[in-house]
Amino acid sequence: MYKMQLLVCGGTGCRASASAKIVEKLNESLKAHGLDEDAQVVTTGCFGFCEKGPIVKVIPDNTFYTEVQPEDAEEIVAEHILKGRKVGRLLYENPETQEHVSDSKHMGFYQKQMRIALKNCGVIDPENIDEYIARDGYSALAQVISDLTPQQAIDLLKQSGLRGRGGAGFPTGLKWEITSKFTSDQKYVVCNADEGDPGAFMDRSILEGDPNAVIEAMAICGYCIGANKGLIYIRAEYPLAIRRLRIAIQQARDYGLLGDNILGTDFSFDMELRYGAGAFVCGEETALIASMEGNRGEPRVKPPFPAEDGYLHKPTVVNNVETFANVPVIFLKGPEWFSSIGTEKSKGTKVFALAGKINNVGLIEVPMGITLREIIYEIGGGIKNGKKFKAVQTGGPSGGCLTEKHLDTPIDFDSLVAAGSMMGSGGMIVMDEDDCMVSIAKFYLEFIVEESCGKCTPCRVGNKRMLEILEKICKGKGSMEDLDHLRNFANVIKDTALCGLGQTSPNPVLSTLDNFYDEYLAHVKDKKCYAKKCKDLATYTIIPEVCTGCTVCAKNCPVEAITGERRQPHFINQDKCIRCGVCYTKCKFNAILVQ
Amino acid sequence: METVKLTIDNKHIEVPKGTTILQAAKQAGINIPSLCYMNLPHLDQEHKPGSCRVCLVEIPGKRTLVPACVIKCTEGMEVLTHSMRALNARRTVVELLLSDHPKDCLICPSSGNCELQKLSITMGIREISTVEHAAVSTYRKDASPALLRDMDKCVMCRSCETVCNEIQTVGALSAINRGFMAVVAPAFEQDLTDSPCTFCGQCVAVCPTGALTAVDNTSHVMRALADPNKYVVVQTAPAVRVALGEEFGYQPGTPVTGKMVAALRALGFNKVYDTDFAADLTIMEEGSELLDRITRYLNGDKSVRLPILTSCCPAWVNFFETNYPDMLDVPSTARSPQQMFGSIAKTYMADKLGVKRENMVVVSVMPCIAKKYECQREEFKVDGDPDVDYSLTTRELAHLIKIGNIDFQSLKDEDYDRHMGESTGAAVIFGATGGVIEAAARTAYELFTGKKLEKVDFEELRGLEGIRTATVDFNGTPIHIGIAHTLGNARKLLDGIKQGMYNFHAIEIMACPGGCIGGAGQPLHRGTDVALKARMAALYKEDFNMPIRKSHENSEIIELYEKFLGKPLSEKSHKLLHTHYFSHPKQ
Repeated sequence: MYKMQLLVCGGTGCRASASAKIVEKLNESLKAHGLDEDAQVVTTGCFGFCEKGPIVKVIPDNTFYTEVQPEDAEEIVAEHILKGRKVGRLLYENPETQEHVSDSKHMGFYQKQMRIALKNCGVIDPENIDEYIARDGYSALAQVISDLTPQQAIDLLKQSGLRGRGGAGFPTGLKWEITSKFTSDQKYVVCNADEGDPGAFMDRSILEGDPNAVIEAMAICGYCIGANKGLIYIRAEYPLAIRRLRIAIQQARDYGLLGDNILGTDFSFDMELRYGAGAFVCGEETALIASMEGNRGEPRVKPPFPAEDGYLHKPTVVNNVETFANVPVIFLKGPEWFSSIGTEKSKGTKVFALAGKINNVGLIEVPMGITLREIIYEIGGGIKNGKKFKAVQTGGPSGGCLTEKHLDTPIDFDSLVAAGSMMGSGGMIVMDEDDCMVSIAKFYLEFIVEESCGKCTPCRVGNKRMLEILEKICKGKGSMEDLDHLRNFANVIKDTALCGLGQTSPNPVLSTLDNFYDEYLAHVKDKKCYAKKCKDLATYTIIPEVCTGCTVCAKNCPVEAITGERRQPHFINQDKCIRCGVCYTKCKFNAILVQ
Repeated sequence: METVKLTIDNKHIEVPKGTTILQAAKQAGINIPSLCYMNLPHLDQEHKPGSCRVCLVEIPGKRTLVPACVIKCTEGMEVLTHSMRALNARRTVVELLLSDHPKDCLICPSSGNCELQKLSITMGIREISTVEHAAVSTYRKDASPALLRDMDKCVMCRSCETVCNEIQTVGALSAINRGFMAVVAPAFEQDLTDSPCTFCGQCVAVCPTGALTAVDNTSHVMRALADPNKYVVVQTAPAVRVALGEEFGYQPGTPVTGKMVAALRALGFNKVYDTDFAADLTIMEEGSELLDRITRYLNGDKSVRLPILTSCCPAWVNFFETNYPDMLDVPSTARSPQQMFGSIAKTYMADKLGVKRENMVVVSVMPCIAKKYECQREEFKVDGDPDVDYSLTTRELAHLIKIGNIDFQSLKDEDYDRHMGESTGAAVIFGATGGVIEAAARTAYELFTGKKLEKVDFEELRGLEGIRTATVDFNGTPIHIGIAHTLGNARKLLDGIKQGMYNFHAIEIMACPGGCIGGAGQPLHRGTDVALKARMAALYKEDFNMPIRKSHENSEIIELYEKFLGKPLSEKSHKLLHTHYFSHPKQ
C-alpha cells in the first residue's frame, strides 16, 4: 500500500505541456529519495482546469499544484512528500485575495461545479480497470443484467429524465425504449465520439479520463435494447482516447465484463472502434452511420430514425459519449437522485468546454439551471484583462451568440433554444468588447461552409451565399439590401436544410443579427468596425502632434502611401493606403491612429 | 389495404398507408415541383435523396418544412404546398441553385429540356438575390468519345449516381468533394475514359440539366452532306423508328419509319438504308455461331463455351471487357448490326455503287450513346478509316431534321433503298429486350431442326422483367435461354452462371432498360416507363405486320451471301463481320 499518491493530469492538454515528463521526473525523484515504496505516481484523465495546467494533485492531503514544470518534480518530492511542506509557489493563487489555495474545493473554478460525467476524470488511472471497479465501476451493469428486465431498466432511465448530451436533447430512455420495441435479428449500440466543434473537448476528456464508464453504459444499453454489438465511432485525431479505449475494452474482456455470457448471465456484448476521418458532419447520426458503413459521410432524411433503420439498416441506438457517461451512476444512485439535479425539463449536469476571453479556460461540469453569469464570472473567473463582456457563444459553430441580457437565464436545453442558441455538445466561447460580432458570425460560417457535406441545396449553396454577404459587409461594401438577403437566407436555411447541422448553421448569423444589429448597421451604414477587427474598415491616420518625422513609417509602407519631410509630421494618403497596418506596428511613438 | 386520411391544400384525400406526400398530392391533382426525385418503377428504383429541397411543403406545427418526396402521409396530416412559408422557401432554394449555375441557357445542349430551367420558368424567377460576382463552382470539363461532362451545371440531384451504381452497377460515378464544391464525378475526378464507364449513357438519360450530355455529331454530318466529293449513306436502327415521332409531337410508340426515310432523303443522304438489314445479317452469323456451338456441345465437345452471349450492345461489350475479363471467349464474336452494316457498306455496297471507300461516309442513327464510342474502336477501322464514320442519336436526327427546315408531319412515307434496305420482322424486334434472342431462335430453330417454324412469336421471351428465363423446344431438344436488360441484371445473371445457378445455352443482354427502345439516345423520358412500353408494343406490332419474319428469308441477305460472303461463318464473314474482345480496352 502506498501512503501517498501523486495524480498527474494525462489529458491531451497537459500532455502537450510535458506532463509525461513530469511523471518521469517525479518517479526519478521518488526513487532517488527512496520513496518509491511509499508514494505512487498515477497518470489520470483531465482535471478540467486547463488554464493552469499541467496539474499535479497530491493525495491524501488534496494539494492541487498548478502550472507544474518537469523541473518542479524534485522540489515537490523533496519538500512535500519527504518533509510534508507544501510548495507554495506552485499553489493556485486566488486572484481576488492573492492568497494561496491548496485544496481545489476552495477554488472558484471548482466550487460551483458538480461532477457526474467527469466524476472519475482526474481521479483514477484510466488505463487500469481495477481503479474504475474500485469506484463502483461495472456494478451498475451487474445490477441491471442480473436484477432488472430490460424494460425495468429503461423505465428507471426514463424516470431519471436524462436527455442526450449530443445536441438536440432527445430523452435517452425513450430512445432506448423505441429501439427496444423493434424486432430484428441484430441491433447495435453506437457511441458517437465524433466530437467536432472547434475548441470542444468534453467527449475526448471523458474517454481519456474514464473510458470504462462509456463501455459499461453501452453494455447496459445493449441489454436494454437487445443488442450484442457496440461500436464507438471516434475521431482518428484522438489517439490518446483511442489508446485508452482499446486498453479498457481489452481489460473488460479479460475480466468477462465484455464478451459472451457476461457475469454468468445469458447476456453477451462486445464492441469495436470505428475511426472517423474528421468530417464535422459525421457527428450527425445518420451521416455517422453512413460513414461507418463505408459510404460517403452524409446525412439522410429522417424519419426513419436509426432506432428503426440504423447501422446496416438494423435498429440502432446512437448516443453521445457524455450521455453514456451519465448512465452507470444513474443506476447506482437511482433516478430520483439524478432528477433532483437540474431544471424541470433538463435533469443532471452538463459538461462545457469553456474558452475564449476568459480567465479560467477549461473543462467544467455544472448542474443544469446554473446561469451564464455564474459560469463566466464565478467558475470562469471573469473576462481576461478586465475587459468588458460582450457575448458568449454556446452550442458550437451552429450555436448562437448570447449577450448581457441572457446572463441570468438558467441554462438548460430549452432555455438556450428559446434564447436563439442551443446546448449543442457544450462548447462555450466567451467574447469581449474587442470582438467584432460580424466577424464572429463570418468565422463560424466559414467553418460551416468548410464542413458542409454538400448534399442539400440550402446548406451547400445558401451558406456560401451568406458567407459572401458577410465578407462584403466586412469589407465595407455591404448594403441594407444585403442585410435583408442575409436574414432571408438564414431563415430559409433554418427551415429547409436536410440535417441538424444545416438547420442550425444560420444560428450565429441570426443571433448576431438579433442581438448586435447595431454592429451590422455600423459596418453597412457608417462603414465602421468599432471593434477594429475588420481590416478593410479601418482608417490609419498620423497624429501630427505626436509624429516626430522619423520616416520609419514611410520607409516601410509597401505602397508608398506615406509622405512627409524628415522631422516634419507625415501624412497618409487614404486613396493609396491598403490598411496593412505596417505603419502602426513600426511607429515607435504611437503616432498612428487606427479608427 | 390500410389507408390514411389527410388534407393537402385543404383537399381531403385518402391514400394507401406508405404513400408519400408527393404521390398523394399528384393523386389529388396537385403538382408539387421536384428536382432530385426520380421514380423508375419498372426498374424498382425510387431515387429520393430529399436533397434538392424543391419539393418542400409545410406541415403546420412542424419545426421545419419537409420534403414531400420522402415523407409519408400519416392519419390526420395537414399539408400546405403553397403557403407563403413554403413558397418563399422553394423560391429561395431554386434561386440558390440558379446562383450556382452557368447562365448560358440560350446555348446549353439541354435548353428546352432542362428541369432547372422549367422550375425557373414556372416560378417566374426574374432575379437572383445574391451578391454581385457570387462564386460559381466550376470543374474540369471531361470529353469522352460518347459522353460529355460539364459539372458546372450539376445540381447534385445524384440521379446519375443512382443509375450508374444501383441500376447499372458500373460504379463510374459518385459524389466527391464537400460543401460548395461537392459534385458527382468518377473517382479522383479522373476522365470517364479512364473510369469503368461503359458509355451506356443512362446517366445522360436521367440528368435533369446539361451537366451530362452526349457528344453531338450533327455538324460533322452536315459538313459531309454538303461535300460534293462525299457519298453519304445512312442506316437507321430498329428502335429509332418508334421513338423519333416523339420529337415531332407524336404519341410515344407511333412508328414513323416512312417519314423518317423521306426526311433523311430530303436532308441529302445519297442512300437511306436500314440497320434492320444488318440485324438480319447478325442473326445469320450469330445464329450460326450459336448452332455451331450447341451442335458441338451436344456431340460431346467439352471445349465449347456455353452459354453464348449476344454482342450487339456496345455498352454491354465494354462492361464485360472491364468486369469479366476471364470470359472474353464466351460472347458471340459477331459484330453489332451497326458495325456489320458499316463493314458491308464500305466493301460490298461501295463496289456495287462504284464509290471509292475513302469517298463513302457511313452515318448511323442509333437510340444509343455508346454506339458513338463503338464506331471509333480501332478494330472497326480499315487503315484508320472507320467503317461507320458518325453515329447520331435519335435526338440528333430530330435536330438535324429541324435544322433542315423539314416539316416532318407533312412528309409522305418513302421506302428504304435497295440492297441494304430490306428487313424482316425478326430484325425490327432487335430494339426491345428479348428481341435479338427471339430473332435468333426463329432462324436457329429452322436451321437446327430443318423444319418450318409454325409459331413465330416466342411470347415467353418478351416483357420488361429484368431477368427472364425460358426454355425453347427445338423439336425435342430443350434450349435454355436467359435474358437480362440493364447492366445490373446482366451482372446478376453472369454471377449466377459463375456460381452454377443457371445452365443456359444462350443469353441476350442489353445495357439499357427495356433494350434499345430505352437507349440513352432516345427522346428523353426521365423516369416514366410509359414511353418505353408504347415503343415496345409498336416494335412487336411492326414485326407482326411484316410479310417476312425470319432473318434467313430476307432476299437481300440471301443475295449478299450468294454474291459476296459465301455462307455464314465463312472466311470473308469472319474478316468483315466478326471481332474479338480486349480485357482492358481503355488502356
